[in-house]
Amino acid sequence: MTEPLSSTLTSPLWSLGVEILVSLLIVIGAAFTCLGSVALLRLRDFYSRLHGPTKATTLGVGSLLIASSIFFSAQGPGLSLHEILVALFLFITAPVGAHLMAKAALHLRVRGQSGLPPDALLDGQGVAQPDPQAAPRPVPRPASRIDADPLRDAD
Amino acid sequence: MTRLLPHPILSLMLLGLWLLLVNSVSVGQLLLGLVLAWAIPLYTARFWVSRVRVRRPLVLLRLLGVVLYDMLVANLSVARLVSGPIARIHPGFVRVPLRVQGNVAVSLLANIVSLTPGTVSVFLSADQRELIVHALQADDPEAIIGVIRHRYEKPLLDALEQV
Repeated sequence: MTEPLSSTLTSPLWSLGVEILVSLLIVIGAAFTCLGSVALLRLRDFYSRLHGPTKATTLGVGSLLIASSIFFSAQGPGLSLHEILVALFLFITAPVGAHLMAKAALHLRVRGQSGLPPDALLDGQGVAQPDPQAAPRPVPRPASRIDADPLRDAD
Repeated sequence: MTRLLPHPILSLMLLGLWLLLVNSVSVGQLLLGLVLAWAIPLYTARFWVSRVRVRRPLVLLRLLGVVLYDMLVANLSVARLVSGPIARIHPGFVRVPLRVQGNVAVSLLANIVSLTPGTVSVFLSADQRELIVHALQADDPEAIIGVIRHRYEKPLLDALEQV
């Protein structure tokens, strides 16, 4: 009466459905990854640009991975689940990378569109202060175009 | 028990990780995974300075669902934001006072904040009392703080316990 599962899985209608689903997911994933790059290109300051890449990984890469998982599960004998690992590692590393880059930028006082958080917070507690007793060290000035820094000139 | 198996949750995760890596569940791989899940936490114990106990795992699971859903929804809104006129975006820093304590909980919260679009955690004060967040649309800082506190921090507070 009812067809065995294996013949359902190889029926042309089933594989057509899988292919449509996979293609849709790939297009969605590519679109969001592309938008991440567009954000990188269009946004105006360093901190805003950080948003692009961290976001592209979540939805863009996420749906590409789901597509991969579905495709290889439908093809192969068993479930293909190690895409979960790719997502897991990306979700762990992307925010940490963004955080470190932002922290480095704050340390160099790269100014964003909306200024900087109060110096007292960054200096007094967060970033290690140079010892005032020690011989004066030349302040490392970032030779970056973004850093037209009135704060540094004031002190 | 704690001497031999210092981090049961980590062990469980490592076992799952191993099985996913080899992409098969056979008796051999299961045994190998069990050995790894037992040995790795034992030999990296000194690295894990702060420990947490999961008091309410269901709350954590629910948080995972909330975060996944928020990622989906907020991705769309950020996509709309960056594809529209750029002048309409007013980015800014928001200082979020933290109630969660301990390395694990704070880093979990910071990661969640970065993964949910519109906000990236950029700085943590040395006493771990304040997290500075960069928001793509910072017109209403109170709303951002509210979302972080109620949607993400509250479940972490309820579910995790510093040991």
